[in-house]
Amino acid sequence: MAITFKQVDFTYQPGTPFATNALTDINVTIPTGSYTALIGHTGSGKSTLLQHLNALLKPTSGTVTIGERVITPTTSNKDLKSLRQQVGIVFQFPESQLFEETVVKDIAFGPQNFGVSEEDAHQTAAKMLALVGLDQSLLERSPFDLSGGQMRRVAIAGVLAMQPKVLVLDEPTAGLDPQGRLEMMQMFARLRHEQELTVVLVTHQMDDVADYADNVIVMDQGRVVKTGTPREIFADPQWLTEHQLGLPKTTAFAQTLREQGWQFDQLPLTEDELAQMLKSQLAPSLAPSHFGEGTAHDE
Amino acid sequence: MSSIIDVEHLNYRYPQQAADELTLRDISFTVAPGEWVAIVGHNGSGKSTLAKNLNGLLAPAAGTITVDGQVLSEETVWDIRTKIGMVFQNPDNQFVGATVADDVAFSLENQGIPRDEMLKRVAAALKQVDMQDFATREPARLSGGQKQRVALAGMIAAQPQILILDEATSMLDPRGRQEVLATIRQMKAASALTVLSITHDIDEAASANRVLVINDGELKEEGTPAEIFQHGEELIKMGLDMPYAERLKAALKRQGMQVPATYLTEKGMADWLWQLRSNK
Repeated sequence: MAITFKQVDFTYQPGTPFATNALTDINVTIPTGSYTALIGHTGSGKSTLLQHLNALLKPTSGTVTIGERVITPTTSNKDLKSLRQQVGIVFQFPESQLFEETVVKDIAFGPQNFGVSEEDAHQTAAKMLALVGLDQSLLERSPFDLSGGQMRRVAIAGVLAMQPKVLVLDEPTAGLDPQGRLEMMQMFARLRHEQELTVVLVTHQMDDVADYADNVIVMDQGRVVKTGTPREIFADPQWLTEHQLGLPKTTAFAQTLREQGWQFDQLPLTEDELAQMLKSQLAPSLAPSHFGEGTAHDE
Repeated sequence: MSSIIDVEHLNYRYPQQAADELTLRDISFTVAPGEWVAIVGHNGSGKSTLAKNLNGLLAPAAGTITVDGQVLSEETVWDIRTKIGMVFQNPDNQFVGATVADDVAFSLENQGIPRDEMLKRVAAALKQVDMQDFATREPARLSGGQKQRVALAGMIAAQPQILILDEATSMLDPRGRQEVLATIRQMKAASALTVLSITHDIDEAASANRVLVINDGELKEEGTPAEIFQHGEELIKMGLDMPYAERLKAALKRQGMQVPATYLTEKGMADWLWQLRSNK
């Protein structure tokens, strides 16, 4: 399901002395089936844009088209339920939203709220728990007795239980250790394929953008300043620095090597890609004669 | 040299744990004044529990904690807390003020700092974390990274002797993280501040003088960052990211290249590659 912004402005507390302009003239499309990364430095408007994706916020001017629905400044707050079902948002620290006595009740809460019977909702909950990689034995446990990482998975299962078409993730790995981060990112990649989801990822981790996304939206001061594939976005390190953004570690390191005198046709995005490039220069006879996009992400 | 923090045979058990279970088991270490110590470990290893024991938010089952010469007890806990500033991972849990400036001023008001001095310190602290334009905003309406900056500003203004950072840079973008680390280095240079940082971030750990590795509630290892980083791929199990040079080394190995066994910094890696190229 695609989401399209047309000339969207958004102001917090408009018409008051506290009015703060958060989004200006946003024109952007999140294509169906894409894995779109939304990047920008702290306070650039990412979280505000994200809340437009299921009409938690409505534009102050302009339109947001979510699937078939067009959201305008005057759209009524009634009748937005189906949107909330189709676009699931996993907020920062989603585990803080858990509230039920048991894991199964917490995951089933959403579907039941949308009129699914308790029995069916509990069945869905059990399936979702498996999807996020947790054991069925946790179903009757209190979510508050679980570890932080498990709690986060339960919260994500609660969003997946709505069977959304678009899954929006706001810094979903913040606070997890590197192992947990890797497992969580691989889980989203798997869910995307299994559930045929459109994924929107808000992140500061440029390595995750390089490893997982196929489309990138860059924000600065409430505006969309660039869109493209990760390779296009990371091809211009100087531009990124100007917008207070980093590079994937590999790209940054390759840039340092370039300044020392190494030559690369294009900047690599992953360490395996860089390793291939280095090998071909150090021992050309052993390396493949060329390497294009397709081999770049081979593990 | 006398230590500013001295932890001896610390055991900690949460109330719901059985008598034979411990979240922290026989932890002993000391921290010298002005030292920067990073505490690393995977989620659930007991790092945050340790931090909360150090300023008396949690009370140990056994062992003693001495801070700046005072043994931590019910009598000394309030004294000790004035010496320790803590920044948590999710600052929502520590905001009290209605505006950013009020929040930064909170601990100064508690300490009875004169108003003129307080206003100066608040303004300077906000400037140092680049949040001066947000002084009259509501903390709740800030982004995750902005909140972490405000929480840090509160500590800069309070000027504690010891700063404990519990994953305090996890919500910042890479540049914000660099800026915050630079701010902490400045604070240390200006005032012999002692820093304990609980972190998964390799750059933050690399900034420390010493790294403590906690695993399943026990102190497994301590050493300089370079000593700890030698563990290469094992670091992931310790709850740390691999340093980039180690990741590239592993990728080069996958390409069938021979790589040095010792830990290389990024600069060391670049030099080694250049050497290879020159010798080709």
